[in-house]
Amino acid sequence: MKKPPVRKKPRLAVFKFASCDGCQLSLLSCEDELLAVAGAVEIANFLEASRAVVKGPYDVTLVEGSITTPHDAERILEVRAQSKFLVTIGACATAGGIQALRNFGDVKEFTSLVYARPDYISTLATSTPIASHVKVDYELRGCPVSKANLLELLSSLLHGRRPNIREHSVCLECKKRGTVCVMVAHGTPCLGPVTHDGCGAICPAFHRGCYGCFGPQETANTSSLAAAWTRMGSTGEDLTRAFRTYNASAEPFRREGDAHARPG
Amino acid sequence: MPDPGNRRIRVEALARVEGEGAMHIEVRGGKVEEVRLEIYEPPRFFEAFLRGRAFGEAPDITARICGICPIAYQMSAVHAMEDALGVRVGGALRDLRRLLYCGEWIGSHVLHIYMLHAPDFLGYEDAIRMAKDFPGIVERGLMMKKLGNEIVTTIGGREIHPVNVKVGGFYRTPARSELRALAEKLKRGRDAAVETVRWVAGFEFPDFEPDYEFVSLRHPNEYPFNEGRIASSRGLDADVHDYRDHFVEEHVRHSNALHSVIRGRGAYFLGPQARYSLNFDRLPAIAREAAKNAGLGPVCRNPFRSIIVRSVEVLFAFDEAIRIIEGYEPPPAPAVEIVPRAGEGCAMTEAPRGSLYHRYRIDADGRILEASIIPPTSQNQKSVEADLRAFAGQSLHLDDEALTWKCEQAIRNYDPCISCATHFLKLTVHRE
Repeated sequence: MKKPPVRKKPRLAVFKFASCDGCQLSLLSCEDELLAVAGAVEIANFLEASRAVVKGPYDVTLVEGSITTPHDAERILEVRAQSKFLVTIGACATAGGIQALRNFGDVKEFTSLVYARPDYISTLATSTPIASHVKVDYELRGCPVSKANLLELLSSLLHGRRPNIREHSVCLECKKRGTVCVMVAHGTPCLGPVTHDGCGAICPAFHRGCYGCFGPQETANTSSLAAAWTRMGSTGEDLTRAFRTYNASAEPFRREGDAHARPG
Repeated sequence: MPDPGNRRIRVEALARVEGEGAMHIEVRGGKVEEVRLEIYEPPRFFEAFLRGRAFGEAPDITARICGICPIAYQMSAVHAMEDALGVRVGGALRDLRRLLYCGEWIGSHVLHIYMLHAPDFLGYEDAIRMAKDFPGIVERGLMMKKLGNEIVTTIGGREIHPVNVKVGGFYRTPARSELRALAEKLKRGRDAAVETVRWVAGFEFPDFEPDYEFVSLRHPNEYPFNEGRIASSRGLDADVHDYRDHFVEEHVRHSNALHSVIRGRGAYFLGPQARYSLNFDRLPAIAREAAKNAGLGPVCRNPFRSIIVRSVEVLFAFDEAIRIIEGYEPPPAPAVEIVPRAGEGCAMTEAPRGSLYHRYRIDADGRILEASIIPPTSQNQKSVEADLRAFAGQSLHLDDEALTWKCEQAIRNYDPCISCATHFLKLTVHRE
């Protein structure tokens, strides 16, 4: 009997830009699956885990973090050129992350506030998502991403099928979980109705409102939700803050945050 | 541009370091002339955009500084805010915070011991390659790491950037039954921690014992997490409120992380080894016994042995977690009521990598006017550089490849956390 041809293992690479490391750590936090994943792919470039680095091209590249320096704006082009399938993991890479709050301020002032010698610092005025710079093949939301989504994505890519990752709001997750609506029952402001699912609706299960760390769901009706918050006593300042967190630059959240911001 | 003598090397490093950090060592005439730990991690300006945010947002926002030790940021943030607001959190809420911290120490330390540091001692590029030869050992590490994450998830909702910590306490406190279910598993974790101490004690360690000034919190009767005075091995004994009288930050050209020094003395050393050496007498008997069997005295100066100290702290954390769970009675309310008021407050807590200082000034409505955050790795940068200078100096007989790996290991001794990983570091050795 003829042996089937040996299929080369797909090459996986992980690259980091401005971020907290949490999303790539999610991969190492898959304790039960890590060794299986490592057996199914060739980990060619994953500096958080290995000092062995294999040159590209890579079959699957996971990109964490946003673009905030001139050097990184160049580097992402190289990463793209080396990657067959490029996936952004997490809010920084898909929406600019918490550091995109600089987009609403003056980065020169920020630099001089934090650093005694601003002239030593090289930084861009904005923090932008990867898709603003190169073509992205798939985006995983979340601050941080969900381990289940990450594993589903890798497994679907290895098997050449579409990832089965849901695209509805956090509200549906609460229903599924049997969590009583914190907004209706307790009058707690919640971003769940406009936020992309993926976390499993953790915050309402812990008796607090969703704070939108997975970013806007498709067709998010943010103005209707803002009106409901206002009826519950939230101020414009509260609303701006709520929409300007980990996904502040994602369009529906940016627009709603701006709508309630004080001029100036 | 920087001075022309260094420029070529800086650019070369930039092209290969993925924007994180680099190590630069220059050897001239058989002597180490220059050593630099270069931090490339792009600045993210947390202290700037915290201004104008609500006091209650500090724990969630500052958690995003580090995905490996978010609890540390949440703990320093809530304690500093509570200090500003004149609130004290005690009883079961205080215990739950210690328990949560146990989870983070276990997760972070075990990650470092098994996946980042041990491969250096055994000559592997990574833990995945190590697992091919030592599957049982790596699986034991993963099992322990998972238990640390389970503590954090049970109390915090998820292991990375948990959602349940708030100024004044928690949004929801766990029922006794939720924690009880954990306790049995943690006992197995504690056994595995004893095994871990024994395992790493068998590694080979280079002869290297700098005379550090250790700095850590010290509490009257506990191994420190969230409370205590600032102590040092050269006699410093200060209230956390006086932190700025004793420590200053400097901005050096080659790093996007500010360097810290003790006023009038210079470099100091934070983290597990400092905590251990200043608080050995506060460890439970099981941890002291394991340390003794591993050949550690009450003070450990060899930074390569930090892997043993970290393992002893993991054992302590499992033991402490079990103790807290066994005595746990849910508190009457999940949080202390907070009334905003103008004020200023600070706190230092013990992140896995060492003391993490936060200070906030807030207005009468609870808006943040000013924030200052000093992470452990920026405080350790000077010690890392001093170690490299001394260690490279005594290791010049090695060829470039071996010297490079050894120096990387010397950096990993610190489990640095600015780019949250010095395994990103590229080392360039220049010999003339």
